[in-house]
Amino acid sequence: MARIIVITSGKGGVGKTTTAAALSMGLAQRGKRTVVIDFDVGLRNLDLIMGCERRVVYDFINVINNESTLNQALIRDKRCDSLYILPASQTRDKDALHKDGVERVLTELADNYDFIVCDSPAGIEHGAYMAMYFADDAIVVTNPEVSSVRDSDRMLGILSSRSKRAETGQEPVREYLLLTRYDPLRVANGAMLSVDDVQDILSLRLLGVIPESKAVLSASNAGIPVILDRESDAGQAYGDMVARYLGDDVPHRFLHPEKKGLFSRIFKG
Amino acid sequence: MGLLDYFATTRPPQKVGNASIAKERLQILVARDRIARDKPSYLPQLEQEILAVIRKYVEVDMNTVSVKYELAESHEVLELNIILPDSAGPP
Ligand SMILES: Nc1ncnc2c1ncn2[C@@H]1O[C@H](COP(=O)(O)OP(=O)(O)O)[C@@H](O)[C@H]1O
Ligand SMILES: [Mg+2]
Repeated sequence: MARIIVITSGKGGVGKTTTAAALSMGLAQRGKRTVVIDFDVGLRNLDLIMGCERRVVYDFINVINNESTLNQALIRDKRCDSLYILPASQTRDKDALHKDGVERVLTELADNYDFIVCDSPAGIEHGAYMAMYFADDAIVVTNPEVSSVRDSDRMLGILSSRSKRAETGQEPVREYLLLTRYDPLRVANGAMLSVDDVQDILSLRLLGVIPESKAVLSASNAGIPVILDRESDAGQAYGDMVARYLGDDVPHRFLHPEKKGLFSRIFKG
Repeated sequence: MGLLDYFATTRPPQKVGNASIAKERLQILVARDRIARDKPSYLPQLEQEILAVIRKYVEVDMNTVSVKYELAESHEVLELNIILPDSAGPP
């Protein structure tokens, strides 16, 4: 039985799709059978970040409408055998995503996978609701910034009152915080909310802190999930995040500005 | 950069930013959002109907009525506060 993870936030542009790509690749690399679904109908970004946009034939909505089978629509990742991508439709309107259809697809996937990662669209409306409804776990992606933290808190309210788990009185959705685009230098200068500031407000399980990093853009340019860039700070931070999600006790890194030595200060300055 | 500059820059970092303002604003915003979120949707209607009943007996000014809803661990509290006029009597 697969575990369903939603990557959600409320606010757009905070790093959900980047995270969905990294998490699903990270899980698959550890041998977990993983499928990542793009719920962002109309925008379709995930396949670009995964680098498989030219292999998209059918999409999630085609499967929901019985215009294709699940196997016809699933794209196997070229780098990792246990990872599949179910792309979103670029053309359909959002109402094509409905609860019965989503449930049928998730149920069909659940038998064959360990993890189903749902990449939510922005907002707190229909698409985001569909992405979170069946979730067992929620990774709330948040930037250290007023509107993002506020939207995350609203999303937490929705998860705890309107998810299937809430409605059917099951154990609540397990909620994790992932703080992204974190700039330790600005935090040290008091110009950016710190992890502790955000946790004072949201108080969730902290799954990770992903630094603001040039590696993210360069990975998205190349269609390679940034977690595969092991040299980069963001790649390593995402690697730690996956390990933590699977239960490893990994200390948080990249929280503080890099300390420069005396010599680099004198000679580089 | 000279040696003196080095010592100058190793002083504890000065907090130059205004993240603390962001945090304060957030705490207020989120607290308000949460209060609004936790209220049951029937509350405004309930408030109106209770008022209508009371007004059958005494003339009360809307501004002298306050309704508070609180969600505690194990129970919900609906607090209705009405200030009756001195010469309370049927309208
Ligand atoms: N840690 C990061 N460092 C730098 N840029 C980032 C980081 N995370 C995300 N971005 C950039 O932010 C933008 C939005 O990211 P995306 O993952 O598409 O967000 P969402 O899916 O929440 O809309 C993209 O341009 C992405 O490259
Ligand atoms: Mg996205």
